[in-house]
Amino acid sequence: MGTNSNTLVKLKNAGYQQNDKWLVKGVSLEVEKGKIVTLIGPNGSGKSTTAKIALGIYKKFDGEVEKYTNKIGYVPQKVSIDWTLPLRVRDFMVLTESLKEEAIDEALSLTGVVHLKHKNLGNLSGGEFQRVLLARAISKKPELLVLDEPVQGVDFTGEIALYELIKKISEELNCGILLISHDLHTVMSATDHVVCLNGHVCCSGSPSDVAKNNEYKALFGEQAAQTLSIYEHKHDHVHSHEGEIKKN
Amino acid sequence: MFDDFFIRALVAGIGVAFVTGPLGCFVVWRRLSYFGDTLAHSALLGVTMAYSFEFNIAISVFIISSVIALILIQLQRKTNLPGDALLGLLAHSSLAVGLVVIGFLTFIRFDIMGLLFGDILAVTVNDLIIIWAGGALILLVLKLIWKPLFASTVNYELAEAEGLNPDRAKAIFTILMAAIIAISIKMVGLLLITGMLIIPAAMARNISDNPQKMVLFSIIGGLLSVIIGLFSSLEFNTASGPSIITASLVLFILSLLKIKQSIQLKN
Repeated sequence: MGTNSNTLVKLKNAGYQQNDKWLVKGVSLEVEKGKIVTLIGPNGSGKSTTAKIALGIYKKFDGEVEKYTNKIGYVPQKVSIDWTLPLRVRDFMVLTESLKEEAIDEALSLTGVVHLKHKNLGNLSGGEFQRVLLARAISKKPELLVLDEPVQGVDFTGEIALYELIKKISEELNCGILLISHDLHTVMSATDHVVCLNGHVCCSGSPSDVAKNNEYKALFGEQAAQTLSIYEHKHDHVHSHEGEIKKN
Repeated sequence: MFDDFFIRALVAGIGVAFVTGPLGCFVVWRRLSYFGDTLAHSALLGVTMAYSFEFNIAISVFIISSVIALILIQLQRKTNLPGDALLGLLAHSSLAVGLVVIGFLTFIRFDIMGLLFGDILAVTVNDLIIIWAGGALILLVLKLIWKPLFASTVNYELAEAEGLNPDRAKAIFTILMAAIIAISIKMVGLLLITGMLIIPAAMARNISDNPQKMVLFSIIGGLLSVIIGLFSSLEFNTASGPSIITASLVLFILSLLKIKQSIQLKN
């Protein structure tokens, strides 16, 4: 893996241990401008940990991290807002960067929650809050987006729309995306590179490569592998007819 | 104009309230009231040091409180004791050591009550300068670290991931806490300083829907508490600290009515 000028973040043999137990070990991956890298794997396989190493949240890690950008948008897996803090959606949007009113509205409109702008953050539903989190991360027009289960709790149609939005953002802003998801079916539409984790990198490559991998099949079962290959098939089909990537 | 002790106390108290307002909000948001208590208790040691070496009280308290904060951080790293046990350990042992040292200082007449609960008679023109200059400095620094500190109060990982350096902001905030205790000890007294930080902020929480408003109401609440408290202290000949805190408690109770209203509106 040679570093080129498009590289935003690069992990070399990265690992992290807590209380003498390795949460994840030996991860190498690279996120480039305009590319989407997806981390998949079962619960506790080290997906979030890998993202936190890449983001610099964990400081005592193993291996090497090279980061070439400071413009980062992050959607953490878990955010709990304390009720002692009176916080409206609008206040949350400008948490890490000052934004113009139009930029706030634009980002909130993209994720479909502009009507919640003056609502208290504690009164949102899980899905609404998730959309606000995503809006906040994209509003600052980052070079690198790290999305940890960005559509959890979002209804099914919303989920598809948000994944399309994520794909669109990566094209429009030419930003790199590190995406974490356990939802294989919907995720694969946009992904350029898949890294399958299970405490270590069990396999990686293009979605179709990973689907054929035996370790992947062992981890997720035959059905998941079929899901992926079926998807790939459909994807080719639509692609060849309409000339653009569109999910069925 | 500053010849009158009451005017001096009033000006001092107003200066203190401007600083405890915003700082108090962070104490409430970050759940630091026990931490504030610990620093305030250790202030007694600072005062005795000041008397022993004929040093300025505010500066001496600031130094001792900062040292106690550093010790706390070290103990948190190196022991397996829970945070509140460490805070209690430091708070009470520094208070005890302070009182023991006072026992040895037989050559000085001490007004312990004034130290614990505040004494408006004790505010000098020098104190006014320290309160207003120190207070302005604290507010300036707080404004500079506001974004990283606030962002990490909402979510540490977001602030860290998006490059705001929250650890530095937290360390600076700890120093600001030591500083506010140092400049307000004469007014409110070391047992009640945390009340001055928390109660106006808690009152403000009840009537605010966003952080800026909460800070503003917290300042207003603190100002009202100081003014009402000092006038009643003069009128009823009560200690200044308890009078101010009692006034803030009354404001807090009034703010509860507003909560009750908004709950009724929702139903």
